[in-house]
Amino acid sequence: MEPAATSTTPRNETAEPLLVLSGVTKRFPGVLALDDVDLDVKAGELHVLFGENGAGKSTLINVISGTFPPTSGSFRFGGEEMAELTPHKARAIGISPVFQEFSLVPSLTVEENLFLGRERSAAGILDAGGMRRRARELIAELGFDLDPKARVDKLDRAHQQMAEIAKALLGKVRLLILDEPTASLTERETGRLFELIARLKSQGVGIIYVSHRMREIRALADRVTVLRDGRHIKTLDAATVTDSELVELMTGRKIDVLFPAITHRPGEVAIAVEKLATADGQVADVDFFARAGEITGVAGLVGCGKSELVRAIYGIEPIASGSVTLRGETVTALDPRSSLRRGVAYFPANRGVEGLALSRPIRENVSMAALDLGRYQRRGIIRRTAERSLIGPIMETLKLRPPNIERAVGNLSGGNRQKVMLGRAMARDLDIFLFDEPSVGIDVGAKVEVYEFIKRLVEAGAAVVVVSSELPEVLALSNRLYVMHHGRIAALLEGEAMTEQNVLSSFFEEEAREKAA
Amino acid sequence: MSTTATLPGGPGRQSGQDILNLVLTVGLLPVLMAIVIIGTSLMSPYFLGWMNVVNILRMASFLAIIACGQAMVIIAGGFDLSVGAVVALASVVTAKAMAAAASAIGGPDILAIVIGIAAGLGSGLAVGLFNGLCVARLKVSGFVVTLGTMSATAGIGLLLTNGIPVYGMPKGFVQAIGRSQILGFPLAIYIALAVVLAMAFVQRRTLFGRYVYAIGGNQEAAVVSGVSIRRHLVGTYVLSGGLAATVGILLTALVGSGQASLGGDAMMLQSIAAAVIGGVSLRGGIGRVEVVAVAALFLTILGNALNLLHIDSRLQPIFLGLIMVLAVALDEFSRRRMSRV
Repeated sequence: MEPAATSTTPRNETAEPLLVLSGVTKRFPGVLALDDVDLDVKAGELHVLFGENGAGKSTLINVISGTFPPTSGSFRFGGEEMAELTPHKARAIGISPVFQEFSLVPSLTVEENLFLGRERSAAGILDAGGMRRRARELIAELGFDLDPKARVDKLDRAHQQMAEIAKALLGKVRLLILDEPTASLTERETGRLFELIARLKSQGVGIIYVSHRMREIRALADRVTVLRDGRHIKTLDAATVTDSELVELMTGRKIDVLFPAITHRPGEVAIAVEKLATADGQVADVDFFARAGEITGVAGLVGCGKSELVRAIYGIEPIASGSVTLRGETVTALDPRSSLRRGVAYFPANRGVEGLALSRPIRENVSMAALDLGRYQRRGIIRRTAERSLIGPIMETLKLRPPNIERAVGNLSGGNRQKVMLGRAMARDLDIFLFDEPSVGIDVGAKVEVYEFIKRLVEAGAAVVVVSSELPEVLALSNRLYVMHHGRIAALLEGEAMTEQNVLSSFFEEEAREKAA
Repeated sequence: MSTTATLPGGPGRQSGQDILNLVLTVGLLPVLMAIVIIGTSLMSPYFLGWMNVVNILRMASFLAIIACGQAMVIIAGGFDLSVGAVVALASVVTAKAMAAAASAIGGPDILAIVIGIAAGLGSGLAVGLFNGLCVARLKVSGFVVTLGTMSATAGIGLLLTNGIPVYGMPKGFVQAIGRSQILGFPLAIYIALAVVLAMAFVQRRTLFGRYVYAIGGNQEAAVVSGVSIRRHLVGTYVLSGGLAATVGILLTALVGSGQASLGGDAMMLQSIAAAVIGGVSLRGGIGRVEVVAVAALFLTILGNALNLLHIDSRLQPIFLGLIMVLAVALDEFSRRRMSRV
């Protein structure tokens, strides 16, 4: 490769990129996570790492941020060879990672978390006032809607993400690592983040950015490095590369269309919701219906009540008033157990928290919601051979890789975890499916499989509701699209009217109406 | 950077690695047990004597039965501190009820025995039910609830007896349950085996066992999957109370009187120790009762060995404590090694 040739030639010290990795290999017992990877990031450059789950992106950014050392290879930062790097040392020299799994202490406040491990103090006494001022300053500078005194476990995912980013930017930053930072941010917050990134770049900060979203890569990237199976596939100039080229490099195969063409055949009304309000006030006075044979989309910003709506229908979110009718039958007491019996499935957005028992094997996680059925048990005794022979083929059709259903779910990648969730729905006969952010945290390849799964459900006549903060996703999948804002339905778009423009303008109209009122 | 590829160290270091790997794959328990058994049998001629072996097995049976219940509670994400006190309560209630029934009916002993056993079991189930309902309905942590019921239960036991052993049970009870032997082994051993086998079956093959794993593994996920959390949480505490009461009844039959001093804190701590050493994760969701039963056997053998070797009884808790910490540390270590893969 060409870096080997250039590095031997004498060159100006300042010309060496901020970060240079060459031939980095990381071996875990039994797994070669990184295989001879080269990567360089220049000061003021945004370098995108692109690859499927399990391609080695996480391992690579963990090596760079000092979580563990590489097995072999050279790692230079700011012109110096980095040996014995620890997370603490990495932060001290200006390598600031923002991980997907949050590094926040849930029981502490935002500002306590920001300063965790580098508190300002004099003679052992914390300088609380100074830290609070600095925290406020930083949050204001970032433009985040974040209360420094709020406890982290009281925040939703988006706000936790903001706290995480603020934490990374508190000290002096030379290399910022962002691992899917926009996964739970709203459009506006994403815009704020992008402005911030531009400002950091102009200050000469190098940025490593992991994302699956083409739009962001288009908007931000200077160069893109594609990883696959722990190997460096190619580093490309972002200005000249095309989307399909990137996806092809990433997957090693051609993916023509992300969103499949879905034939909707609307039939009976499966879910009818009238004047629904939840006990926590997140949903107020909502009328909504979803029919069999079509996908009903619900779009809206984070915190607009769209998740709470489907959670209330499933019976997790307590209802204050209003009614839910499933296939013509008005249901008074909703709870997950009876919802499953009525054929309703719910796929939570936060699979780690609400979806999966990580210490248990795939098989048990898949059958968990269906064990009351006669084909899995008889009088409380589980029929294990039946269980295995039912779950195995389900995970096979979902293309679980590797196809071993006895592995603990905690060891799986995001895409495989979502497949376990999908498998759970296939383990019993269901015909109403509620998807809450179905593609959060999974790569393009897995996304395509999830969309194909949804397509098969709908075309088999099921009623599907897709709740998503990703506009392109709900626009492409839905037959009818509800737009929610502050707990209310702001608009119902159908056919030609379903455009990004209309969705956004219905937010603003609703906003203006609320201001006027 | 490449230091990990060439580890310095001669053959000594290598064999250390081998032992570590053996411990990690086989588990700490069999290795420690082999060491204790071989070591003690070399040093004490009494250790492998028939009487001593039977004695060990009997004591291990009591502990194993309690530890099975404790393990189920911990796997579901809870804690049961009241088991020791339930042993005492069940003993007292069994003895009182049986004596009262025997003198009131005067008829066949068997009727009084059944009434006594039912009363003893009932008292344990009632305490378990109370624990479970408080945890499941009032959302109080199991640790706190059972700390409270431990104190209350022990108090009731003392109140009923004033600290004086309760006599007056039919002879048949002591002979049939306490002292009878089948093929040379006391009845308690068979009961313990039956309990462990039944619980192993429950864990592997029943909805209850599966849901207990699921609830301990991720309660929120279990809720979303339509698992009834309350019922199963209550179930684990009732089970634990019932098993503790069973041990109370067996001990009563062995000593021939109802005593509020049976069980107690030592038994409660040992049941938790057996569960933890037996690989039950305090985070919930992981653990198998048969390993817990082996851990109970190991703890009993260890205590017996320390006695035979004339180790000061004040030093014994120190050994128990250190081994428990070691077991948990090793568990944590092997988990981290696995999760790196």
